[in-house]
Amino acid sequence: MASFLLEYLPILFFVFIALAIAIGMTTLSFVIGSSKPDREKLSAYECGFEAFDDARGRFDVRFYLVAILFIIFDLEVAFLFPWAISLGKIGIYGFWSMMFFLLILTIGFVYEWKKGALEWE
Amino acid sequence: MFVYTISFYFFSIIAILSALMVISAKNPVHSVLFLILSFVNTSALFVLLGAEFLAMILIVVYVGAVAVLFLFVVMMLDINFIKLREGFLQYLPFGVLLGLVLLIELGMLFYTNNFSENNLVDFSNLPKFSDVENTKILGNVLYTDYFYLFQISGIILLIAMIGSIVLTLRERSGVKKQKIYNQVHLNSKNAIEKKKIELGKGIDV
Amino acid sequence: MINSILIPGLIIIAQILAIIVPVLISVAFLVYAERKILALIQLRKGPNVVGPFGLLQSFADALKLITKENIIPSNSNKMVFLLAPIITMVLSLAGWAVIPFAPGWVVSDINVGIMYLFAISSLAVYGVIMAGWSSNSKYPFLGALRSAAQMVSYEVSIGFVIITVLLCVGSLNLTKIVEAQETVWFAIPLLPMFIVFFISALAETNRLPFDLPEDESSLVAGFTTEYSSASFVLFFLAEYASMILMSAMTVILFLGGWLPPFDVFPFNILPGIVWFILKIIFILFLFLWVRGTFPRYRYDQLMRLGWKVFLPLSLLWVVLTSGFLVIFNLVP
Repeated sequence: MASFLLEYLPILFFVFIALAIAIGMTTLSFVIGSSKPDREKLSAYECGFEAFDDARGRFDVRFYLVAILFIIFDLEVAFLFPWAISLGKIGIYGFWSMMFFLLILTIGFVYEWKKGALEWE
Repeated sequence: MFVYTISFYFFSIIAILSALMVISAKNPVHSVLFLILSFVNTSALFVLLGAEFLAMILIVVYVGAVAVLFLFVVMMLDINFIKLREGFLQYLPFGVLLGLVLLIELGMLFYTNNFSENNLVDFSNLPKFSDVENTKILGNVLYTDYFYLFQISGIILLIAMIGSIVLTLRERSGVKKQKIYNQVHLNSKNAIEKKKIELGKGIDV
Repeated sequence: MINSILIPGLIIIAQILAIIVPVLISVAFLVYAERKILALIQLRKGPNVVGPFGLLQSFADALKLITKENIIPSNSNKMVFLLAPIITMVLSLAGWAVIPFAPGWVVSDINVGIMYLFAISSLAVYGVIMAGWSSNSKYPFLGALRSAAQMVSYEVSIGFVIITVLLCVGSLNLTKIVEAQETVWFAIPLLPMFIVFFISALAETNRLPFDLPEDESSLVAGFTTEYSSASFVLFFLAEYASMILMSAMTVILFLGGWLPPFDVFPFNILPGIVWFILKIIFILFLFLWVRGTFPRYRYDQLMRLGWKVFLPLSLLWVVLTSGFLVIFNLVP
């Protein structure tokens, strides 16, 4: 087992302790807080009105578009991480290799800009 | 080593159980949430293998981006999921067949155990389990030795970008947009008009 | 056998508690500081009743909130509803595991520290989406939708900014990132990126002027509308803990972490941790100052800023920085 793996152990502990604190607080509120539920209290908040229709309606397709574009740019960032730290070793060839990659994606970016995919109103 | 074994079984059991829950959960949103749990545990398994970079990328890309899109789709799209379930029995034989084929393929791979011989990638010159940052090792070969594969992935991303825009973007009429250029270039000459109005007469605007 | 596992385990737990407890206490004082500073900006007095100068106000608020009834709306998705604040809280605390406070003062000194922080901050969107969806109410739903799109948009430029810093460091390890700034803090050569990062951090933590997910005048309280009692406290704690985490990240990436501004006599007598905390307080003050002075952005302006200004700008800086480093042979 490599030594750097041991560095990950505290993260695991950290997550468990944080989880314990968060769950503990939620449970505590059920134990010490009063509980007198009634129909009005438990209904969805809508400025005092009865809810008109279901809250989970359809919504603008552009939110999907943002999510899809985000995936693509996120992958671009993912490709940049190893490049950024080993640029010294791969030198000028690696540099131009990445520039070409970025150029291809910039074409896509210009296309989406011109198409108006980034417009919100 | 004891901690290593314990954590391996811990993560792999949670990964497998949550993968089972993905296909058996009634509510599709719960399925996606279990999928995320499964991803996170898989990334912990990657860390145990020493593949730190892959583990982080799995979280950044799959959990942080792809699963968000999944959640968007199942949460916000008003699909009648009971209707979707009706075809379950109809597709079951096909699904079982597909699963069997995959299982046999995996079994054959394990049986012959020739991961390293008949492969395109040469594993022999990769340092194993060293303390060198494996992100750096990856960076040293990805952009130069695998230049074409790297550029092809760029082109695939470009196609994905263009495809998603072509499929989803719709021009809508009747919306008012802010045109910053016009706003900034507005001045008193082209915005205000002076008119003399004679007494007792109105003016048509 | 038992000792070889138990004792290191206890040390780790002690270290973790030595981070979590101060973080939670500083959240309480940050809330107090926020109310005091906003009050000063608006020529009011702010909290001044509970304890000396009102210092204990946040603790009183937290206690009051926890003793309240935890209301779970009847048509909500109960498990997800309760899970959302817990996940948000865990994520905002988990990031602290890799933060180096001073040379060697770090709980887990992993090789990919900065990617870990990036991954943790990209997960923060789940708490919001889960809360918004499980409440099954309109305001939380709309708030979650806005928030998800907003966080996702600024995530990209944060990624590019991190890349520009990494180009100057050559390592993903946070300690090495700080050590690389011994000659000059990255805020000076990469000043535009520092500004982009700071503004993106505001958007990422849903702070004003980008707090559209929870703006009172149009969405009541956004995704937290249906929450009460401890679940609300968790969201509240998580928001401020992640604010402090983001400031710590800014300090590590751009303001030289624990390094003193000048390595000469009057400055280097203070230990590293003091400098680190002072810098975090400075960034946090900027957060509060921005809240006190700027009006809220409109949603289309917010998206335009993210996608049409920050994204191209930070991408251009990646290219410029790397080109500069390659031409002058300065790549680490």
